[in-house]
Amino acid sequence: MALNDPYECPACTNLFAQWGHNTLAFFQQVGQAILLNSRALFMTPLMFRKRMRTEVAYQLFYTGIKSLPVLSVVAFFVGMIFAVQTGIELARFGQEVNVGGAVTVVMLREMGPFMTGLIIVASVGSSIGAQLGTMKVSEEISALEIMSIDPVRFLVMPRLVALMVMMPFLTLYTDVLSIFGGGVIATVQLGVEPAAYLDNALLYAENKDLYTGLFKALVFGFVINMVACHQGLTTKGGAVGVGKSTRSTVVISFLVILITGFILTKFFYG
Amino acid sequence: MIEFRNVKKDFSGRPVLRGFNLHVRKGETMCLVGTSGAGKSVTLKHMVRLLKASSGEILIDGEDIQPLEGKALSSMREKFGYLFQSAALLQWLTVYENVALPLRERTKLSDGEIDRKVRHVLDRVNMSHALGKLPADISGGMQKRAGLARAVVSEPDILLYDEPTSGLDPVTSRTIDTLIHDLQSDLGVTSVVVTHDMISALTISDRIAMLHQGTVLEVSPPREFLASQNEVVRDFLDSQCISRNFFEEFPERILK
Repeated sequence: MALNDPYECPACTNLFAQWGHNTLAFFQQVGQAILLNSRALFMTPLMFRKRMRTEVAYQLFYTGIKSLPVLSVVAFFVGMIFAVQTGIELARFGQEVNVGGAVTVVMLREMGPFMTGLIIVASVGSSIGAQLGTMKVSEEISALEIMSIDPVRFLVMPRLVALMVMMPFLTLYTDVLSIFGGGVIATVQLGVEPAAYLDNALLYAENKDLYTGLFKALVFGFVINMVACHQGLTTKGGAVGVGKSTRSTVVISFLVILITGFILTKFFYG
Repeated sequence: MIEFRNVKKDFSGRPVLRGFNLHVRKGETMCLVGTSGAGKSVTLKHMVRLLKASSGEILIDGEDIQPLEGKALSSMREKFGYLFQSAALLQWLTVYENVALPLRERTKLSDGEIDRKVRHVLDRVNMSHALGKLPADISGGMQKRAGLARAVVSEPDILLYDEPTSGLDPVTSRTIDTLIHDLQSDLGVTSVVVTHDMISALTISDRIAMLHQGTVLEVSPPREFLASQNEVVRDFLDSQCISRNFFEEFPERILK
C-alpha cells in the first residue's frame, strides 16, 4: 500500500502548474482509495477465519444494531414529512389516496438508500475516519505494519463487510418505517383507510424499485468504507489532522453518495 | 547486523539524513542520542522500512531492505520488535490481547502456547496484575511495559526502542532501563535505543552514537563518550548536567 508516500505538490508560483499538481494529487488520492477498498474486497473470504470472525461480528453489530435508534427516528419522521407534503398537494385534486404510492415509490427508489447512506456516513463513516485517523497519528498503524499485520485485512476488510452487509438491511428497515410513518399521516390527517394506503402503496411499487434501492445501498456501503478508511489511514498532523479527516470523510462521502446515486438512477431508470 | 551506507532522506526537500553511516553489531545495545530534529526516530523508522530512504543502502543481516515489498518486507520485519514512544497499544484490546496479537496473527501456535508465552513475558515486565485492563486504564509507564512485552513476545532478533523513558518519572525510567538491560542480556538480542535521556544511554548501552544535523558525529562506548572532546557532545552532556565522572559518582548505575 502506497499510502505512506502521497504525491507531494511542489511549491510553485505558477497558477497553472499548481492546478496541474493538485489535479495529479487528486487522482492519486482517488486511485489509492479505490485500490485500498478493492484489496479489502478481495480479502473478504478471510472473514471466516477464526481470528477475524469476532472483529467482523463486532463491526456488523456496531454498524447495524447501533445505528437503529437514530435511523428509526429519522425514517419515521421523513415518512411523515413526505406524506404531509404530498398529501397537501394531492388533496387539492381529491387524490389523497395516492399518497401511499408516492411515499412508497420515492422511499424504495431514492430516499431510503440515500437517507440511510447519510445517517451511516454521519455515524459510522465519521467514526471510522476518526478511529483510523487516531490510530495513524498515534502510530498504532505503524505498529501493525511492523508486526507484519496488514492493516487492510485487520481494519479495512471487517468494516467493508459490515457496511456492505448492513446497508441493504438498514435501507429496507428505513423503507418500512418511512412507509409506516407515511401511513400514520395518511390515516390520521388525510383520512385514508390503512388498507387503502397499503393497497395503493403496493399498486405503484414494483419489485425493481426495491431491488435497485437495495443495490444502491450496497454500493453506498462500499463508497462510505472507501472514503472513511482512506481518509483515516492518510491522516497527518495530530488532533487537528484527525479532525480534518473526520470532516473530509463526511463531506466527501456525502458528495460521492449523491453522484453515485444519480449515476445509478440514470442507469436503471434513465 | 544493521548497516546504514550513505543514507539520505528528505521530507519535501528538507534534508533530515545527510549521508548517514552507522553500523550496529550483532548482540550489542546501541543508543542513538542527539537533540530534537537530529534524525534519531527517522533512523529507527528506516530500519523497519516504515520510511524509505531517498538514496543509500540499509542492510539488515547483509540484505538491502530498500527494494523489499510484500511478503519479503513482512518477513524482514519479523526479525524486529519495536517499542514506540507512545507504546502504540491498540486501544480496544486488553493488555493481554495486545501482547498476544503478534502471536495470534503471524504464528500457528495453539491458544495454550500463546497463553503461556504471553503470561510469561507479562510476568517478566511485572504486568501480570493488569492482564485484563485496557490501555486507557493504565499509566504511561505500564503502557510502555506492555508495549515492551508485545515487542519481545515473538522473540525477535532485533529490538528497537523509540524514546522508551520519555514522559516517565525517574524511578519508572530506571525500571524500564533495567528491563531493557535484562532483556538484552537474557535474550541476546541486538538493541537500538533512541533516547534524549543520557543517564539511560550511559546505563544500558554498549556504544552511544551522537547524531547531529542528520549525520553521525561520534560513536563510542559510554566511558569514551563521557570523555569526548567534541564540542557538540560536550554541550549535550552539559545540558543534562552529566559529569565526566558519572560512573565514579554513581557506581550503582553500571548495568553493563
